[in-house]
Amino acid sequence: MAYQPPKQGFVGQIVDVAVLLVMTVGALYIPLYLGLAGAAKTPRPIENPTWEALGQNAAEQAQWQALGIADPAAASDIVTARFDYSFSWAALLVMAVLVIGYFVLVVRLSDKEYRDVIAERFDRK
Amino acid sequence: MTLSSAEPTVQAQASTQGGERLQLLRVLGPGHVWALGVGIVLVGEYMGWNFAVGKGGMIAGLVACWLAGLLYTCVAMIDSEVTSTVAAAGGQYAQAKHIVGPLMAFNVGLFLVMAYTMLEAANAITIGFLLDTVAGLQGHSGLHQPPFIVLTVVFLAWLNYRGVLATLTFNLVITAIAFLAIILLFVSVQLGASHVPLDFSAISTDPLPYGWLGILAALHFGLWYYLGIEGTCQAAEEVRSPARSLPYGTMAGIMTLLIAATLTWYVCSGLIPWEYLGQAGTPLFDAARVTGSTPLMVLLFIGTIFSTLASANGCINDASRAWFSMGRDRYLPSWFGAVHPKYRTPYRSIVFLVPIALIFALGAPLDQVVTFSILSGLLGYTFMTFNMVMFRRKWPLGTIKRGYVHPFHPFPAILLLLICAATYFAVFLGYGSQLIAMMCFYILASLWFHFWRYRFVRRGDQFTMPWPRPQGC
Repeated sequence: MAYQPPKQGFVGQIVDVAVLLVMTVGALYIPLYLGLAGAAKTPRPIENPTWEALGQNAAEQAQWQALGIADPAAASDIVTARFDYSFSWAALLVMAVLVIGYFVLVVRLSDKEYRDVIAERFDRK
Repeated sequence: MTLSSAEPTVQAQASTQGGERLQLLRVLGPGHVWALGVGIVLVGEYMGWNFAVGKGGMIAGLVACWLAGLLYTCVAMIDSEVTSTVAAAGGQYAQAKHIVGPLMAFNVGLFLVMAYTMLEAANAITIGFLLDTVAGLQGHSGLHQPPFIVLTVVFLAWLNYRGVLATLTFNLVITAIAFLAIILLFVSVQLGASHVPLDFSAISTDPLPYGWLGILAALHFGLWYYLGIEGTCQAAEEVRSPARSLPYGTMAGIMTLLIAATLTWYVCSGLIPWEYLGQAGTPLFDAARVTGSTPLMVLLFIGTIFSTLASANGCINDASRAWFSMGRDRYLPSWFGAVHPKYRTPYRSIVFLVPIALIFALGAPLDQVVTFSILSGLLGYTFMTFNMVMFRRKWPLGTIKRGYVHPFHPFPAILLLLICAATYFAVFLGYGSQLIAMMCFYILASLWFHFWRYRFVRRGDQFTMPWPRPQGC
């Protein structure tokens, strides 16, 4: 016999939508809002910067000026900012486990559900 | 659901609950499919791709552009075969439902919604930033951006609410203008229109500021050149001839984007110091500023506005259809599965996603929003690899009618998986916390669906294609 799902009331639907919203905002937006997530790019300022000290040739200086930045001091933070790509292997391992574990979890649970779907679709005839 | 129907009028069929079930209109041709794909993605040339230069330098930005192009060629090949066979609204979501299972489909639906909603938010941020920049050039610095961001999202949501044909015809026109603007900028610069010469000396003086690791790191934002091209198949239920139009529109879109991406890198890298380019909000407009040509500035201003509008427009279209499909299947509250009685659009889904886009558009930096969009897209591409293998195993060639059969299987799937793995590592370099936040979100959502939401889903209704029983099940 085909599975008959329960009927979900209006309040239940609202609660489900609220749960999804809380998960979305909680997992993705709140870490950004609290400054817990973000790019690790930091400037390495130099004292009394000149275009030459910043490694900018004549053509590049003209480009900076066309972009409205005529003072090397104003460009210093942009030119010297770099990402820090040092990482720990443990952190990389955690990431790999999370990504692979997530797909394994989803595919295995999906397979269980899929067999119900196929059984109901093809066995009930 | 009759997939072969080309009837461009509203269809109605009795639903399982006895009422009338309205269906989406089949009114779109290959040109609309191209416009939907390129329209969403072309904005990737106008903003966001340049963060790849910031993560690895000029050469890394170019290598990332080509590597990402390879990734998307695999995506287009795989997607064309599966989509031309599983031609239903929701695109990859419908594929996952028929090939892997409901939980995977729920996740793929969320990938699509999150990728497109975040992209929509990024577009709105760019419009606000661009208007602020232009106001500053006119001597009115300090423009308050939020009203423009809100106006953009709400106006496009209203346009989508009113109807898909008008929306995508609008996209077709503004996408073509935005693409033409890139070509004109390239030609003008080549003909000497720029007051400042092209300069590629950084390639020799500072070729790889982060070493070879930078090339890998740049792959993260390299995806932005093309992200969303797979959106062509979201409108599968509204295309007159999906088996022909979807592969044609997707492949034409990839070719268009490969050309535009290379031209964009060339012009921007030649006109803008790489350190500035790596953090610029509107790189093509900035390149036009450097030329000193007012007509080019106006043209690229229009191009940026049009590309962001076209992209946000397509994103609302795609995200709402994925959300609608999940509502219709009860993966989400069935209230979202309603079609507007007059406009035949998934109007409740369109309206619901507006505040989510606004939360991120108004409260998060551009590179973070772009990263969330990329991550959701990346998870979707990873899914495509094993989805393709499972599709061929469950229904080998000859067992069902395919609109298109991609060559060299499983080579594209293996290559796609390898590039996806490299891109996860690229995101990890510099944006690891976002990656972990995103994975936690999807794991939580998966557990919620499997242990709670799935009870409301009708099992047998999840397989609607007229196919034989899958092998091995």
